[in-house]
Amino acid sequence: MAAVLALTALGLSLVFGVMRVVNVAHGEFFMLGAVLAWWFANLVVGNPALGFLIALVGSPLVVGALALVADRLVLKRLDYNPEATIVATIGMLYILQQLALTFYGPDARPVVAPISFRVQFPWFGYSGYKLVVVAASAIVLLGVWVLLARTKIGLIMRATQYDRETAQAFGIRVDRVYAGVFALGAMLAAVAAVLIVPIQQAYYLMGQDPLLLSFIVVIVGGLGSLRGTVVAAIFIGMSDGIISVFFSPTLAKILATLLVAMVLVYRPQGLFGARDT
Amino acid sequence: MDQKTRKTAPAKGVGRRKVITGLAAVGGAAMGSRLLPGYVPYIQAQSSEPIKIGFQVHRTGIGAAYGNWYDRTTTAAAKVINDAGGINGRPLEIITEDDGTDPKRGAEVVEKFATLHKADIVYGTLFSNVVIGSAPRAGELKIPYFVVSEGHHVASGGLNRYTLQPGITDVKSQVAAMAPWVAANLGKKVTMIFPDFAFGHDHRDFFTEAMAGQGGEVIETIAVPPTESAFFRYFPKIPRETEVLYHVMVGPAVLTFVKEMGEFYGDTRPEIFGFIDSLEAVDLNSPGLEFLDGTYFWEGHRRYAGDNPTAFELNYREKVGVDMNGASVDNARDVATYSHMFGCWETLHIIKAGMEAAGYQGPADRAKLIEAVEAMTDIPESEAHPQGAKVFNGKTHQTFGHQNITKVANRRLDLVHRTSIEDGLYPDEVDYTTQPL
Repeated sequence: MAAVLALTALGLSLVFGVMRVVNVAHGEFFMLGAVLAWWFANLVVGNPALGFLIALVGSPLVVGALALVADRLVLKRLDYNPEATIVATIGMLYILQQLALTFYGPDARPVVAPISFRVQFPWFGYSGYKLVVVAASAIVLLGVWVLLARTKIGLIMRATQYDRETAQAFGIRVDRVYAGVFALGAMLAAVAAVLIVPIQQAYYLMGQDPLLLSFIVVIVGGLGSLRGTVVAAIFIGMSDGIISVFFSPTLAKILATLLVAMVLVYRPQGLFGARDT
Repeated sequence: MDQKTRKTAPAKGVGRRKVITGLAAVGGAAMGSRLLPGYVPYIQAQSSEPIKIGFQVHRTGIGAAYGNWYDRTTTAAAKVINDAGGINGRPLEIITEDDGTDPKRGAEVVEKFATLHKADIVYGTLFSNVVIGSAPRAGELKIPYFVVSEGHHVASGGLNRYTLQPGITDVKSQVAAMAPWVAANLGKKVTMIFPDFAFGHDHRDFFTEAMAGQGGEVIETIAVPPTESAFFRYFPKIPRETEVLYHVMVGPAVLTFVKEMGEFYGDTRPEIFGFIDSLEAVDLNSPGLEFLDGTYFWEGHRRYAGDNPTAFELNYREKVGVDMNGASVDNARDVATYSHMFGCWETLHIIKAGMEAAGYQGPADRAKLIEAVEAMTDIPESEAHPQGAKVFNGKTHQTFGHQNITKVANRRLDLVHRTSIEDGLYPDEVDYTTQPL
């Protein structure tokens, strides 16, 4: 699950890195992605793979559009004030969650995986689809990295992150960058959700777990650092799995939280974060 | 239906003004034909006012799938009772409040029923943590609290005289009835996977005890938080020498749980015995469940009607709107929580029988209602009790009944064994009748 965690956390990290906005509603974008995936997948009857592909494209687009609207209507009016946006995104969290409850209902509903095969290891089996998810996540992560490091859009984003006012002085439409980044962050969460929904089910409270884990990953990895986020996601995801298997899942959560505390005390900027001087 | 009303209405008027009673009978008859309650003249208010049942329902939270079907069953049962003239000639009014499957909110809901809605009783709770959180408040408010929960907390003596479970058997009784069959037919070395709260702990404690009594052994217990959404990491903890895997799971992610169990094992699995809770409200035809063929389930009430359903069973399915495969008649993929929801139907009928035996008039008679239910013993199979005959123990406030073991074959559940009521009996652990009312 490290791969999907990386995608979700990356969205959160990106939004914070560029916009300095702590998006508490991030988990709800994830949930929304999953719920929409169920909806899209059910538009197409007969071929589950086709329904899934439509969901994979459609769901992030809708979530991204919604995030864009949220940015225009709410965050921009608050002038991206860090404290105000936290409160505003908490509000968005509840609005999205309750809307999902009202229109989608309290049931957990499954989406059929586009492919299903089982990989048999000597001592246990593993779902082939999960391996596909890992590969797909890696591709998306790579895509985001190329976008940030190799394109003009990435350059503009990094410039805005580095110094907002100077970027503005150079003619960059900072508010557009912000809206785009916010939408991109939400879309990453939605992609992660679509990938995971055949494994889990779409459920209106499912945003809470990834939100907490994403925050842990982002804090450990360093806010706004792509490399840190990916490394931390893999580390936390793997250690969570391994410790859970050999000891207990509760211990895994305790250790992850302890790690956050240690990082905050000894390296407040995160393992890979640039030191503010 | 009108005949029934005429028969019951004068009886409850004995000792009171005859004229009003006569009028009440007319009013009651009007109720029987389902006129609006607010339409009757005020002079009959005392006797034809609806009996208010506060229904504590898990509309949201991890119990939502159950809450949905508990609601449908309750609505159907209330309609059947009202069509037949109500209780003592008075109609039932079900007032629902969502508790979010949350113990704290559960207690608040009980309080709201008692003080705001002025309900006569509170009824319908499933999740054991909510029952345990709500029952003390019901006891303090002295409002009868009829739960439909399966937990052993009622019969264990942990609650109070105002809490009763007359419509569904408890986990201790269920596993005591299952263990001899499991030990004799499946294997003696058992690994248990269960949700990590009161209900799951009941399974762990009582099944371990019951297996020991059969010469079997529980070699590993794996507790899973009920809000968990990914289960794969729990399966490697199952010891290799396990002969029987015993699973019971609840919550929105049960399908994931069972699917991941299948991914883990493929075709090299031990015997698997599960409580149908792991698949309640889940279609057996869902992809990924192929491996369940040949595994066994406990079912309180059989989802698939089988070859020879009783007339009571057919009537119940028709009234609730469930087809022969345990799904909604409108949508074959909308599968019921069939093994549990009969408890709502049967409990409402017990409430009716208890209120009629007690001559229940209003909240002042709550203690009489408790005593009337405590006096019940044999409950024969009937339209009111389609799951089967039961024996109610007034001292422990717990009912005992038949259990079913079914086997998955061709994506259906077929009956292999039905236990007797005696199989599930155990010594009393409490005598609630000694507590003051």
